[in-house]
Amino acid sequence: MSNKPLPGLTPTENTKRDAPQARPAKSVVSKWLGVLPFFLFIFIFVVLPSISLFIGSFQDSKGNFTFKNLVDLVKPEYANAYWVTIRISLVTAVAGGILGFMMAYAVTLGGLPRWVRSILSTFSGVASNFAGVPLAFAFVATLGRTGMVTVILKALGVNLYDSGFSLYSFWGLSLTYMYFQFPLMVLIITPALDGLRKEWREAAENLGANSFQYWTKVALPILMPSILGCMVLLFGNSFGAYATALSLTGGFINLITVVIGSQIKGDVLHNVNLGYAMAFGMVLVMSLTMVIYYFLRRRSERWLRQ
Amino acid sequence: MKWSKLWSWLWIVLGGLYFILPLVATFEFSLRAKKDQLSFLAYQRLFADPQFFQTFLFSVLMGLLTIVISILLIVPTAYWIRLKLPKVRVVVEFISMLPFVIPAIVLVFGMIRVFSGPPFYLTDTYTGNTVLLVGGYVVLALPYTYRAIDTGLSAIDVRSLTEAAQSLGAGWGTILFKIIFPNLRVAILSGSFLTFAIVMGEFTLASFLVGIKAFGPYMSLIGQNKTYESSSLAIISFALTWAAIWVMQLLNRGQSERQLTGGR
Repeated sequence: MSNKPLPGLTPTENTKRDAPQARPAKSVVSKWLGVLPFFLFIFIFVVLPSISLFIGSFQDSKGNFTFKNLVDLVKPEYANAYWVTIRISLVTAVAGGILGFMMAYAVTLGGLPRWVRSILSTFSGVASNFAGVPLAFAFVATLGRTGMVTVILKALGVNLYDSGFSLYSFWGLSLTYMYFQFPLMVLIITPALDGLRKEWREAAENLGANSFQYWTKVALPILMPSILGCMVLLFGNSFGAYATALSLTGGFINLITVVIGSQIKGDVLHNVNLGYAMAFGMVLVMSLTMVIYYFLRRRSERWLRQ
Repeated sequence: MKWSKLWSWLWIVLGGLYFILPLVATFEFSLRAKKDQLSFLAYQRLFADPQFFQTFLFSVLMGLLTIVISILLIVPTAYWIRLKLPKVRVVVEFISMLPFVIPAIVLVFGMIRVFSGPPFYLTDTYTGNTVLLVGGYVVLALPYTYRAIDTGLSAIDVRSLTEAAQSLGAGWGTILFKIIFPNLRVAILSGSFLTFAIVMGEFTLASFLVGIKAFGPYMSLIGQNKTYESSSLAIISFALTWAAIWVMQLLNRGQSERQLTGGR
């Protein structure tokens, strides 16, 4: 067979097959009728709201066309919200990415028993979905002022809060986000590590490479697009997070999601359309991350068939 | 060889501590409601709170509605596309990833803007808000439900099954409900459990659309004024997530481990 198997047959191929379809579609219209409910639903619940925000961000309070809202986003007080959110997403994507990668490495290539892998996979599935309000509670009980780890460290002579740490700060929130970030990394990077072929390692060793050379010259270059792609997904994952930050810091840290949240509750920006522009800006950032992700994913597929 | 194993264990232990310490701390904290003695008092107080059950049931109901509507919407669509419109598959796949581009807070913002005014006025009524909430949840769960169902469909020969059924005189309804759905039940179930886990803890959409009626906003309210109860809520919520994901992974056993998350 020289033909590659195609995902789903095209209609022309189908008509070439021996038996004709039992009941051929009567017309093009009835063909599209089958997907109408889905597209209608998407139009009402995704497209309409998005377009509405999009249009709103180009209007002033009287409904006239303007670029002012988008220009205003660059003002320090608004740009800062993006900046903090981007920073926290970067920090947790990189740190969570590294920790998650190392753990995934340990259970795939690190020679650990099989049960460790299955436990890790379940734990990661649970922890990557354990976010929002209860996650904030858990970290208050762990690293809050009277949290268990804080108290234990105090007994050992390390006073976290005296040395400047606070759970309700940038770094505290980052530690909390890490709880759903690195498990997600474990889940999405494991297939890439499984895709590393034994033959490559053997070939490298036959040519006299040691373990360090194999990793820096062969494995990591092959894995790099996957690793970066997964980190981009982690970035997006924390960029849109709202509930965790709100319930942990009560809006003390001005993440972009928190600002939009207060805007919905009571026009804190005193300009409804500026709020729409901020939301539109979020979608722009997220779209950019997805574009980068797809680009990296295509690069990674050159070597790794997942 | 020895070193590499030690290195592996080091990372597993490190990550394992990160997993477990917050759980241990939260559980221990939830037992401290009574002075100088461990007890389940915080849990008893929670279970005695009628609002706990009301909000919990409300979110269970929302979860079930989301699951039913997701299935009724996505299964026929994905089936139809495989059968008749293979070229549209890329489009639907793209649409199913949209929730990764539009965060929940932006989605709810847009929904409120569109549906609070004419001609909808949905945010004025209880039913209207519930419709918006379930609609939003179907959107949020779309990446997972679509992926699960599409993977399930790829494992069965849709065309042959359809032609066989048609030659026996079955109509579209019979084909969908008596042939396609039963063949997809594992895929549907596994997608449903993840959806359920997402909806139960969801806060963003719920807090803006229905407020304290749902479980997520209720947890948030408890967190503002009841320290120990909030820890026990975190434990209950974790147990729920655990159960849902565990069942989902049991169902998916043997299939690929790829899955993503949602409901931040």
